[in-house]
Amino acid sequence: MTQVNRLDGGLIDRDTPLDFTFDGRRYGGFAGDTLASALLANGVRLVGRSFKYHRPRGIISAGSEEPNALVELREGARREPNSRATMTELHDGLVARSQNRFPSLGFDLMAVNDRFSAFLGAGFYYKTFMWPKAFWERVYEPLIRQAAGLGALSGDPDPDVYDRGFRHCDLLVIGAGPAGLMAALTAGRAGAEVILVDEDFRAGGRLTMERETVAGINGADWAAEAAAELVSMPNVRVMPRSTAIGVFDHGIYSVLERVADHLPVPREGTPRQILWRVYAKRAILAAGATERLIAFDNNDRPGIMQASAVRGYVNRWAAAPAERIAIFTNNDDGHRTAADLAAAGVEIAAIIDSRPDAPASDVAELFAGAVVSNSSGRRGVGHVTLRLADGGRKHVSCGALAVSGGWNPNVHLTCHHRGRPQWQENIAAFVPGDGVPPGLAVAGAARGIFSTAGALADGRDQALAQLAELGIKVTSATVPEADDTPVKITPLWHVGGTGRAWLDQQNDVTVKDVGLAHQENFRAVEHLKRYTTLGMAGDQGRTSNVLGLAVMAELTGKTIADTGTTIYRPPYTPTPIAAFAGRSVGRNFRPTRLPPSHHWAAEQGAVFVEAGSWMRAQWFPREGEVHWRESVDREVLATRRSVGVCDVSTLGKIDIQGNDAGAFLDLVYSNRFSTLPVGRTRYGLMLREDGMVMDDGTTARLGETHYLMTTTTANAVGVYRHLEFVRQCLRPDMDVQLISATDSWAQFAVAGPNARRVLQAVVDSQHDISNEAFPFMACRAISVCGGVPARLFRISFSGELAYEIAVPARYGDAMIRALMAAGEPHDITPYGTEALGVMRIEKGHVTGNELNGTITAHNLGMAKMVSTKKDSIGAVLAGREALVAEDGLCLVGLQAIDGDHVTAGAHMFAESTPVDAAHDEGYVTSAAWSPHIGASIGLGFIVRGANRHGETVRLMNPLEGRSARARICSPHFIDPEGERLRG
Amino acid sequence: MASEKPDHEGPDRGLSGLPGGKPKYSAFALARQAMQYHQGWQRAWRDAQPRDEYDAVIIGGGGHGLATAYYLAAVHGINRVAVVEKGWLGGGNTGRNTTIIRSNYLWDESAAIYEHALKLWEGMSQDLNFNVMFSQRGVLTIAHSEHELREMSRRVHAIRMNGIDSEILGPDEIRKFVPIINIDQTIRYPVMGGFLQKRGGTARHDAVAWGYARAADDLGVDIIQNCEVTGLRRNGRRIVGIETSRGFIKTRKVGCVVAGHSSVVAAMADIRLPVASRPLQALVSEPIKPILDTVIMSNAVHMYVSQSDKGEMVLGAGVDKYNSYAQRGSFPVPEHMISAAVELFPVLSRLRMLRHWGGIVDTCPDASPIISKTDVEGLYFNCGWGTGGFKATPGSGYVFADLIANDRPNSIAAPYALDRFQTGLLIDEHGAAGVAH
Repeated sequence: MTQVNRLDGGLIDRDTPLDFTFDGRRYGGFAGDTLASALLANGVRLVGRSFKYHRPRGIISAGSEEPNALVELREGARREPNSRATMTELHDGLVARSQNRFPSLGFDLMAVNDRFSAFLGAGFYYKTFMWPKAFWERVYEPLIRQAAGLGALSGDPDPDVYDRGFRHCDLLVIGAGPAGLMAALTAGRAGAEVILVDEDFRAGGRLTMERETVAGINGADWAAEAAAELVSMPNVRVMPRSTAIGVFDHGIYSVLERVADHLPVPREGTPRQILWRVYAKRAILAAGATERLIAFDNNDRPGIMQASAVRGYVNRWAAAPAERIAIFTNNDDGHRTAADLAAAGVEIAAIIDSRPDAPASDVAELFAGAVVSNSSGRRGVGHVTLRLADGGRKHVSCGALAVSGGWNPNVHLTCHHRGRPQWQENIAAFVPGDGVPPGLAVAGAARGIFSTAGALADGRDQALAQLAELGIKVTSATVPEADDTPVKITPLWHVGGTGRAWLDQQNDVTVKDVGLAHQENFRAVEHLKRYTTLGMAGDQGRTSNVLGLAVMAELTGKTIADTGTTIYRPPYTPTPIAAFAGRSVGRNFRPTRLPPSHHWAAEQGAVFVEAGSWMRAQWFPREGEVHWRESVDREVLATRRSVGVCDVSTLGKIDIQGNDAGAFLDLVYSNRFSTLPVGRTRYGLMLREDGMVMDDGTTARLGETHYLMTTTTANAVGVYRHLEFVRQCLRPDMDVQLISATDSWAQFAVAGPNARRVLQAVVDSQHDISNEAFPFMACRAISVCGGVPARLFRISFSGELAYEIAVPARYGDAMIRALMAAGEPHDITPYGTEALGVMRIEKGHVTGNELNGTITAHNLGMAKMVSTKKDSIGAVLAGREALVAEDGLCLVGLQAIDGDHVTAGAHMFAESTPVDAAHDEGYVTSAAWSPHIGASIGLGFIVRGANRHGETVRLMNPLEGRSARARICSPHFIDPEGERLRG
Repeated sequence: MASEKPDHEGPDRGLSGLPGGKPKYSAFALARQAMQYHQGWQRAWRDAQPRDEYDAVIIGGGGHGLATAYYLAAVHGINRVAVVEKGWLGGGNTGRNTTIIRSNYLWDESAAIYEHALKLWEGMSQDLNFNVMFSQRGVLTIAHSEHELREMSRRVHAIRMNGIDSEILGPDEIRKFVPIINIDQTIRYPVMGGFLQKRGGTARHDAVAWGYARAADDLGVDIIQNCEVTGLRRNGRRIVGIETSRGFIKTRKVGCVVAGHSSVVAAMADIRLPVASRPLQALVSEPIKPILDTVIMSNAVHMYVSQSDKGEMVLGAGVDKYNSYAQRGSFPVPEHMISAAVELFPVLSRLRMLRHWGGIVDTCPDASPIISKTDVEGLYFNCGWGTGGFKATPGSGYVFADLIANDRPNSIAAPYALDRFQTGLLIDEHGAAGVAH
């Protein structure tokens, strides 16, 4: 099909013709086109349907504010719903489809909604669908849901990759229009590190769409030269196709770069998009302004557009929205569109200027003091009706109507810290007000300086101010000459009529809806928004909010300034969520941590399990073992009989040093550590402020002012964060330093009666580790394997004679192999987390299963560990009466009887009580098969447990309807006196 | 460890329509109004001017505050009530949350109040004659590890014993229930199981505030917006009125329901609450055709998601790790929650996020709320609902109204008194603490 509306000129590359399809039909365009400009050039006006009434919708803008021209782009798994045609660069073979219509865009059955619009006004759904009650979920809501939504997702996984990145700069400039370019030039020439971002693929902003001269040359050419100069500077980074979507605390800006959206598919090895986190010392918002429409009856017909977009399409893309165009304006800017259309040879039907004192026009017939009161036409405007100054009516035929209602500065980013824009009367628009994020300045049209000369000067001035704050000297900064026409506007928001006049074209919010909101007292701007959905569409109200507020202000008799405005939230434009995830998807959703012996364990055929982001060996199956329990039982028995080894590097390790290290530990642990002798290790219990047990572990004193704390694997980060909070916020006076040493050391537990013999074979001979020289709970810096520095701790989690040997992480793999070799004579057995769990349950040690955040030291039978001779975090609140009550929960052991099984999560009941919440006595936290005892055992909490050893209880699983019987016993199933570990 | 069963399940039903004289909403009314160009719709609530004196004043025009006022009038016949609101009603967390409703809590005390609330939700549209779009589309909580499965098992047993519906689903059943979920067992945190409360669901958050406001107004309650409380006037140990930006209002009963600023208002009466205020963030996507018909929550990957009737995906995350009164959050939190969403639902990858925002939640040390008298006679607090207050709105308002009317808590509210932080009779709902060796 020929491009019927294509003009001469423009910034398109006619040597590169492109083919694309829309709703299956083939069209032609050129490189430099957007999908919107190409559709207009091909004479396509109808591109979509509105959300509620399925009214025909056409392109109204030439930018990211577009509410109407939303299409599904691409095919298959790359399908993207709700894509703005105005922001879609044309590429060869591009496939686009209209959405939210059935069966076709031209004939949409859902348009029947429009016939019933009298019933479907603002908030109608709050008033009905209530009877009969059951129908809401069964009938009404499913119907609503089926009709809702705009485009559809493909339903397939996304084949593209996304990335996240970090950049730093002195000055971030947002927007590459005249103000932004001038700001970037000023800062770049002064040597500052500058990042310039713009959502367009061509620098210049409005300069690309106007017929203006800057420094004596065409404005678009000046912009291109400025951009080229910036690109040539080593200290400046120019990022086209990049949108600053949000401002966060501490000068953090998120910027979405569309790396490959202008290509059919991303180039091999490159991401589709990158979400940058830019750390900017200072930033300048030069995001320009957005032209408003004027509401009148049936102002939503395809072909009714922003006047600035009309001339943009004509000037930049050589695409006339129609052969004959009328202009409706309330300010001088509309006349600029007239001049540009005339220059391009497009027929102007009329200029309708609502101001009685409208300036004369020499390019078209002018109707001063007149308004457009209605439009007609099928699937697009064919005629507009004028209400003339003398009250008469006139019909004007036209294929498009260019509307200029004044300009709204793009203040959005200034609201991201809850800043409130303020009303500026002379330009009839909101400009940035209080609460602009610190470090962010606003320049040019974004703060209401609309002339090109003004924007250029302001870009320079704002940059100078920011550079001065950064201490960067500027010798000279001149501004090129440019147009300096002042703004002349007489506000006109809507033309009264009897029909429907649209404010929010995507969500179908009309002037009448605002009237209803007013009538029903949804008058606060936020109520207006939420009740009518005004401004909740994809453009976040960029094309609708101010109109709606103005209508509400008229109704309440207040000024717009007093009516106020809702505030904009991030992101500036809708942003694919994949960009936030970046490469953190699938297996890489979170980092996978591998303990130092991982490769060795994999060689042994270990089965792995996730534990606090670590992949830990769960058990080591041997040939012939078919059930996991066979492996685990063997590992447990071999360890208890001779010796076993287990990688425990994953436990958190925090190195604590300083003159107050002991006092610091006394504060964070419930028991005392300042008195711990050097070379000794102690079990510590850490409480939250509210007295609940937070974590436990052993802490060794390596020197007078040097401790090493261990935490549970899962809580390593949480405990470190807590300690830093205590250090920085509660006791900044203390001389204490912290560093996480978890990754620095490979640590292995060697447990079992032959543990010492194995270690003696690897520990260098000058270190005496006999029971006398190195008793239970001793610790010492030693060396192994001929001089490798190491630390040895005599601690036990299994209840056996046991040690933990730590070497720098890089020796971890060698260490496990050395231990295995040294242990060979004793048939050393590697064991995994399951055997570890079995042995700790047999010994009655608690873990995260027990320390579930609701448990006190008292519940654990460790009340004595909360020292009363010193203050510690949680000690006071742990002593509250209900937390130390005699009939509270108490840790017990459980041994199944009659061949039953203990299962974790079961609730405990006395022998003959009903199974209900009122008779619930406690719950099982951990369960295991004990090969040592030959029975299913477990740990749990039951009321008055300490006094109930020997009693039989029922373990109930109400959900599965299962139950078991178990005898309460001491949680220490083996060696309650602790003789083994001291041997 | 069980408390006695709650002795009331809901207010007197039969309040169909509005007794105070407001015209009823219905399909017929809508049709009739459509014929009359909607000229006949009345204000949903009046813009009341503060009177000199009220029998009770509720500070905070959010869902909980408006519900309190409504039940004071509807159940207790106390009509000389004002709700004073600093900004616009429903503008705090009521209008910012992700609208999830469920009652599957661990402890009996929690089960009592959240189930009480859920029963009220089930009849709310009819009670208020305002369609709050409560939809029992189910709430499915996913477990991603053995540890979580264990915790879940204990929790679900407890929930069942409190008579609250709950069931455990395996990965395949989850896939059947939520076709777009990724149950690939090779991903970082594979779906290992989950528990479902079918009676859980969502509601239209703004409508809850508006529905209560309209019904309360109908019963004579004065709703006073743009009225900031600047002081609590006391005479000895008794409250005698409140100072506001619109003058002094005399009253002998003041109920404070000001989530996000509870400590600030409490400080006006020299009360220090055990409450920490933190940002909580959420976001919505652009509307798309329906793909998710239920609510999915995952504690391990830290996010929850549902699809609204309009077609937007609504996502929420965990709280920011610092205290703040600024209604905005840090960037890593939404990054994290979104990557979690893509992990569980890879089909969402190309979906666009539309809006993202933060609110401030007041959290107590035991992650349960405070519904309590104070040392100041006639001054009551309802706060500390943390990240989950929306679901409790009707139950919270109901029992708080009861407390204010009778000056003593009923059996549901009693465990939530402030003194539990002294006695240690806590209701710890932190959920799985995630502590493991």
